[in-house]
Amino acid sequence: MGVQPLGGATGDRGPRLLRAGDRRSTVISTLSTVVFIAVLGAIFFLAPGSGTVRHAFFSGTNMWRSFVGNPSKGLPGVGAAIVLNIKMFLVAEVLILILALVIALVRQSSGPVMFPLRIVATIYVDIFRGVPLLLVIYMIGFGVPALSLHFVSTQSPAVYGTAALVLSYSAYVSEVYRAGLNSVHRSQTMAARSLGLSRWTAMRYVILPQAVRNILPALLNDFISLQKDTALVGVIGAIEANQAASIYASTVFNYSSFMVAAILFLILTIPLARFTDHLIARDRSRRLAGALV
Amino acid sequence: MSNSSADALLSSEALRVEALHKSFGAFEVLKGIDVAVDTNEVVCLIGASGSGKSTLLRCMNLLEPIDSGRVVLFGQDISSDPALDQNLVRRQIGIVFQSFNLFPHMDVLSNVTLAPMKALGVPKHDAEAEAKALLSRFGLSEKEGDYPDRLSGGQQQRVAIVRALAMRPRIMLLDEVTSALDPELVAEVLDVIRELAASGMTMVIATHEMGFARDIANRVCFLEDGLIVEEAPPAQLFSEPRDERTQRFLRRIIDAGRL
Repeated sequence: MGVQPLGGATGDRGPRLLRAGDRRSTVISTLSTVVFIAVLGAIFFLAPGSGTVRHAFFSGTNMWRSFVGNPSKGLPGVGAAIVLNIKMFLVAEVLILILALVIALVRQSSGPVMFPLRIVATIYVDIFRGVPLLLVIYMIGFGVPALSLHFVSTQSPAVYGTAALVLSYSAYVSEVYRAGLNSVHRSQTMAARSLGLSRWTAMRYVILPQAVRNILPALLNDFISLQKDTALVGVIGAIEANQAASIYASTVFNYSSFMVAAILFLILTIPLARFTDHLIARDRSRRLAGALV
Repeated sequence: MSNSSADALLSSEALRVEALHKSFGAFEVLKGIDVAVDTNEVVCLIGASGSGKSTLLRCMNLLEPIDSGRVVLFGQDISSDPALDQNLVRRQIGIVFQSFNLFPHMDVLSNVTLAPMKALGVPKHDAEAEAKALLSRFGLSEKEGDYPDRLSGGQQQRVAIVRALAMRPRIMLLDEVTSALDPELVAEVLDVIRELAASGMTMVIATHEMGFARDIANRVCFLEDGLIVEEAPPAQLFSEPRDERTQRFLRRIIDAGRL
């Protein structure tokens, strides 16, 4: 049996941006990259409207001014506003992980007692996967305050927006969980139950950990998407990065603020994207190692 | 086996199955099984694949609900009381599967301690001490920190047996535990089972290893088409089978060079 089974597996890390090879291929890939960027640059700088676009979207002074804003004059800075996106993302992420798991467990449950709950969960997922997130944000953001309820109707737009994100994403993420639960072989449940573990204990310690491991890349992918979608909450008046950029643009008639928002979102999402890639590569090499043993 | 003397006073019977029927959909797998197992006895179930051996074992520990009949464990009817806590029943019955079914996300020690800790509430320290004692008894001490995918099939199966033993079962059910193993790994697992038998463990063993069944069993049951066709001490069943179907089965086994 494999005493040194990892030898081959660690060498092959799967598809890379740059294939390892001789010097000739390095030279070719460098050249083609330079040519590619040069062509894109030429198109951008030689286009008839290039000057206008460069001023409207890439003006350095406007980018800086929109980043810091002018709070004393009621002009929000994009740099400060992105903090609200981060807050909404963090709160929504935790709530989604919990709510989606509950929905998935209900849908996976068996037994006649749970039947009504299963129906409710199925309808919930159907509705919130089908309705565009933007409409959900509008409906919660304008509908709930209009109900004039105590406490519930007096929250900030950011709270309603976060609630809409949670409702919509939980429907998606519950399906990811369900796929994960189904990916764990039935024999694992059988082994756990035959040891005298209850249904819930078997789920908690045997099935769920394996399921989550299988779906981690998919979950992170959804959360990258969630980070960006916090920008939609601006439509109901929350001053998040996109809304702050929009206010700046309509005040000064320059769109460089949107570039600032775009760059800030990239700074947020790229690390998570790289982390997801890393997990996928690690999972792949581990599975290869397992296959060799 | 501290229980055995007390049980012997009351009744020596560990497990009894009466008129057991079990169907999967329209296909009737078990067509009226009657079998009893005494305490400290080793009963082997033999028969072709699909004869119902595995299903019978799974019905014995309630992993498969039965359609009709009774399963009686140490005098208690465990099959017809809907209020019965099946988890309590299963804790008394250890079962080991053909495909090991270790928990791949846990190391060997955690595989063994999970059920005692979470089902019986044994403190972690005690559960680990007992697990380590069992692992060392079966020559697995060095593997306690390894994950299942780093173990050979034989080692995985021995861990699976230890995992079942950690619940201190009163009876063990073994479901073709060597069928998924490479031939050179079969012996180490059979040795473990022999040691268990020698220690007085009550066992029901479904197996394709006829030589092993002949050595270890007090009684051998031959199953065909969901029925126990013949039941006898191994010496008798293997050398002078009475039923024509048993004779035919054993002839095929001998022709295949497996007895």
